[in-house]
Amino acid sequence: MKPVDGVALTVVVVLFVLVGLLGFYAARWRGGGKDGLHTLDEWGLGGRKFGSWITWFLLGGDLYTAYTFVAVPAAMWATGAVSGFFAVPYTVVLYPIVFLLMSRLWSVSHRHGFVTTADFVGGRYGSRTLTLAIAVTGIVATMPYIALQLVGIKSVLTVLGVGSGENWLLNDLPLIIAFVVLAAYTYTSGLRAPAMIAVVKDVLIYLAVLVAIIYLPGKFGGWDHIFGAAQTKLGAVSAATGKPVGSVIPGAASFSAYWTLALGSALALFMYPHSVTGVLASKSRNTIRKNAALLPLYSLMLGFLALLGYVAIAAGTKPKELNGTINPQLVVPQLFLDNFPSWFAGIALGAIAIGALVPAAIMSIAAANLFTRNIYRDVFRPNASPRQEAKVSKLVSLAVKFGALIFVIAMDQSAAINMQLLGGIWILQTFPAIVAGLYTRWFHRWALFAGWAAGIIYGTVAAYSVVNPVTKAHFGGSIAAIPGTNVPVYIAIVAFAVNVIVAVLLTLILRVLKAPEGSDLTRSSDYGADEDDPKVRKVARELPTEPIA
Amino acid sequence: MSSTQLPPDIPTRGPAKPGPYVISGVLLAIAVIFPLLVPTYARSTPQLGGLPFFYWYQMLWVPIDAALIGVCYALMSREDRRRRQILRCPDPGRTDDGGAEDGVTDDGVTEGGEAR
Repeated sequence: MKPVDGVALTVVVVLFVLVGLLGFYAARWRGGGKDGLHTLDEWGLGGRKFGSWITWFLLGGDLYTAYTFVAVPAAMWATGAVSGFFAVPYTVVLYPIVFLLMSRLWSVSHRHGFVTTADFVGGRYGSRTLTLAIAVTGIVATMPYIALQLVGIKSVLTVLGVGSGENWLLNDLPLIIAFVVLAAYTYTSGLRAPAMIAVVKDVLIYLAVLVAIIYLPGKFGGWDHIFGAAQTKLGAVSAATGKPVGSVIPGAASFSAYWTLALGSALALFMYPHSVTGVLASKSRNTIRKNAALLPLYSLMLGFLALLGYVAIAAGTKPKELNGTINPQLVVPQLFLDNFPSWFAGIALGAIAIGALVPAAIMSIAAANLFTRNIYRDVFRPNASPRQEAKVSKLVSLAVKFGALIFVIAMDQSAAINMQLLGGIWILQTFPAIVAGLYTRWFHRWALFAGWAAGIIYGTVAAYSVVNPVTKAHFGGSIAAIPGTNVPVYIAIVAFAVNVIVAVLLTLILRVLKAPEGSDLTRSSDYGADEDDPKVRKVARELPTEPIA
Repeated sequence: MSSTQLPPDIPTRGPAKPGPYVISGVLLAIAVIFPLLVPTYARSTPQLGGLPFFYWYQMLWVPIDAALIGVCYALMSREDRRRRQILRCPDPGRTDDGGAEDGVTDDGVTEGGEAR
């Protein structure tokens, strides 16, 4: 059993309480008012008026999650560059894509009051099936992502020595308390809470990483020595596979895996509901474009954080669970606790724990919005009032979070990781419908649906077929050979190609068959609209009511 | 939700000039393609302060991408402003359709040309 570090634990708890209070206070922030938030625009999108600064913190806190902070250095520590450092090119090529796509999504959503990507797809293609497919994919892909944020908090608690009781309830009690607080302030304050907390969290994370990256390399003999140690550890031959456990510089055989992982993840990230929620909460069309140029600062921080995985190798950090088994995900929290005064380790660990709360809140809000708009309203209650929508969304956000909590407590941690792996593959399959729709109405709605289904089926089967060489378990990774070749690539990219090919071919066929196209509520001018431009609803009121031929 | 109930398409921007869009497209393509060319950087030398080339080169692309996107932002927001300006106070010498010669917008549709 590990001793509990009292000072570090106190700092973490104090930070946590502070952030909790901030979360409740956020309800009154920026015109929230005292009587609560009663529309999705207010509760679920923070009033749709975050400027560049808030958006920077909000998206930074949203995209660079606690799980990222824990898992990326863990992957570097365990297997090296291919499974860890690809996060850097991933979060670099991400932003040109965001710059290109997200201003158009913002504009059309602003004009039509869309809250989710499924809202947009519904407006664009007039197909309920396609809308539902997009909404369900978003919800299913988000759930395990929330669960992984809990894994992030858990790793901090484990390193602090908390939760070593025999009783499972006592064991998980700190986690449950953290989540109840999170659920409560998300319920009252909506997106304003994570927006406000993100500022605190990001400042703390930057501080912790900056100090670590300046101080630690010198302490452990400089980068030369650190990379030497990493080379020695990763070059060791694994007994199970007969190959080295990892690599510091990827060999030619893993080039295609490396860049497809980076590209596929970058294409997928802004299809996730929580990323889109952050975009649509911004004030103007240019807010997100400006942020595409400013957010890469986080990627630099992520790169340094990844290198801390190698620093931990040189430092001889032992990421041990309370029962003594090795868990690579504990490596960064343990590195901080071993090498800094308790109070500073407390700040760093607190930053990681708070870093889990921001994305978990936004993800649960985003999933709740999808459910409310595209399942509750579209399927069951077409005439739901904005007030009803907000009410349903608040309740669903609670349900989503408790679902994630049960996921983590009741099931093996690897279940959440496998689901997250699948979620990444699945969410990329919504890309053709959403992104093509931003530019053209060429694709047929049924073809897009068939492409989505084909991509999901291929991706799921391919991911299932990857067997871990050591444990012989399925879902052993996200890399598989392109069918018919021996080129290993990210499964999501092949599934995406299958998706697009099916969508193109079927569109051509359906066009010949003259299948009904479905109505399109959007106009080309919508895609360039800015904050001062009138919204469609208002425009409609000013026009004559008789139909326009 | 039949399409006959839709209001007419009221343009939000005037016609675009292709220049800024082409330049931005090229810059963004560079920003996406170069960080993905793994064979160009999968080696350990030259080192920088003990960091192998593979690591510092990829991290170098973070500020490069930020700068490229920054240039695109400047170009696009200026072009956006210009296109909105045309709509608010159209050049008296030009009709709304006069912009058709450079009627390539970022979505391939002349939004201004649809004004009545």
